[in-house]
Amino acid sequence: MNSLEDLEKKINSELTTKINKSEIKHNQIYLETDKDDFLDVILFLKTNLDTKFRQLIDITVVDYPENNQRFQVVYLFLSHEFNQRLVLKYFISENEVIPSLTSFFPAANWMEREVFDMYGVNFKDHPDLRRILTDYGFEGHPLRKDFPLTGHSEVRYSEDQKKVISEPVKLEQNYRNFDYESPWEGTKYIKEEIENNDKKN
Amino acid sequence: MTKKIKNLNLNFGPQHPAAHGVLRLILELDGEVVEKADPHIGLLHRGTEKLIENKTYMQAVPYFDRLDYVAPMNQEHAFALAVEKILKIDVPIRAQYIRVIFCEIGRILSHILNVTTQALDVGALTPSLWGFEERETLMTFYERASGSRLHANYFRAGGVHQDLPKGLEEDISSFCETFPKVINDLESLLTDNRIFKQRNVDIGIVSKEDALDYSFSGVMIRGSGVPWDLRKSQPYDCYEDLDFKIPVGKNGDCYDRYLCRIEEMKESVSIIKQCLSKMEKGPVKSLDGKISPPSKKDIKQSMEALIHHFKLFTEGYRVPKDEIYTAVEAPKGEFGVYLISDGSSKPYKCKIRAPGFSHLQSMDYLIKGHMLADVPAVLGSLDIVFGEVDR
Repeated sequence: MNSLEDLEKKINSELTTKINKSEIKHNQIYLETDKDDFLDVILFLKTNLDTKFRQLIDITVVDYPENNQRFQVVYLFLSHEFNQRLVLKYFISENEVIPSLTSFFPAANWMEREVFDMYGVNFKDHPDLRRILTDYGFEGHPLRKDFPLTGHSEVRYSEDQKKVISEPVKLEQNYRNFDYESPWEGTKYIKEEIENNDKKN
Repeated sequence: MTKKIKNLNLNFGPQHPAAHGVLRLILELDGEVVEKADPHIGLLHRGTEKLIENKTYMQAVPYFDRLDYVAPMNQEHAFALAVEKILKIDVPIRAQYIRVIFCEIGRILSHILNVTTQALDVGALTPSLWGFEERETLMTFYERASGSRLHANYFRAGGVHQDLPKGLEEDISSFCETFPKVINDLESLLTDNRIFKQRNVDIGIVSKEDALDYSFSGVMIRGSGVPWDLRKSQPYDCYEDLDFKIPVGKNGDCYDRYLCRIEEMKESVSIIKQCLSKMEKGPVKSLDGKISPPSKKDIKQSMEALIHHFKLFTEGYRVPKDEIYTAVEAPKGEFGVYLISDGSSKPYKCKIRAPGFSHLQSMDYLIKGHMLADVPAVLGSLDIVFGEVDR
């Protein structure tokens, strides 16, 4: 499709119920779908002659720990033919397993491994789902919001044992997270008092 | 009597001069023929994405220098553009030219490194000696503009940190006059060199279809004959006003990729020249006091400027809730930033899309059936830098 508006119309008319929400912003199209439908949507986008999103740019996950369905899986696509970019998203809960894209896009292999490594999302039918960026024997999934920035363990060379050992993180000074956001509004209890007074009046 | 022949497993790296950093490549060899390649990466993983989530937008910029550390400013560019698009701010024209000049300098920096080390991997020593002399000159330009040779921290959302110092424009322009001769010298050593051609022609061939399937970008896709360059197809900053060509390969082998890089350097020189001639005096960063810090002089005189300065360097600027994917044509390919802001002064999520990551994952496909000696040649032409692959 030549324009994003046409593309949005086309996608919505062809896939109808499979698309929950579509939006055009920043010169790209953003689609929201469901876990059960996303494979159909991707296959349509890849093979249809009017879309031809042939290249998978990246796969990632966004973690919203307060949501029931915690992870939002994001796929970025590019169509060379029509010079358009598309972002496809859907929510899953923590222990859900999603189908792998490796048979349609070979490039998905490492991208899914990275997602598995960083967020602990499992992929079905992935040929080789191992950790990729973290150390051999690493535990936990570092990009989850509840994983501390300083991590859990640190490694050092032990002179006694003559080998590299891993032990719990010990910091001389803990990581300090200053809250700079609008100190002008006063501290919390004053804010609450003001709100209570407003309600009374 | 039959003899059982077992395949040999060979560890290539992580400390091997031709591994271009800390790549551990486990090769399965049948005689000298590679049957399978399994790259183990992550030895330089520093958790950039996690760190950025805990820093303000301004503090996140230096992390981008440390990704592809041979062309630092190109990465900063992607992040700056992403934030600018969400904030909907305009970049002054002089700042755009400065950014494009330094991105092209970054491209030359990266391509010199790649072309010469690729030559080194297949046995030619001299190109790297000649090339690195030029890199040194270019890094002094970085230093004069930003204060450091490598980790520049120079681009900001809304422009660049400061204006170019006196005399730098003239020096860059005189570099543009002398550098093409160095490219010609390098070419005279390599392009028609019999050994270089024997080691590179028809090695690591990528077809058009496979280049798309494996998410290749940059020289890796252009070498296979796909005319795709984000500077042309999705122009950012002032690339639209500049006149330059996109070199495209034909066979998709290591040699074509080398030729593309050489031609791209020539184009980069011409882009820099055009920018220098079009550049006029003017502001180099957004004048919005909520985003770019005030000048020292203003802080001394204006209360408002002082408050802005204080707020910018403690809280940082806030970015409204939004999401965006922005990509630039980095020397190695499409470098992208997928940014999610939540209205606070820190990014909620910042996914970095590094071109080298998808290039390296195709190693198994590229090297299967080649000889062991071709591994460094193919690896060299992939243009891998571990800062960005491991993040």
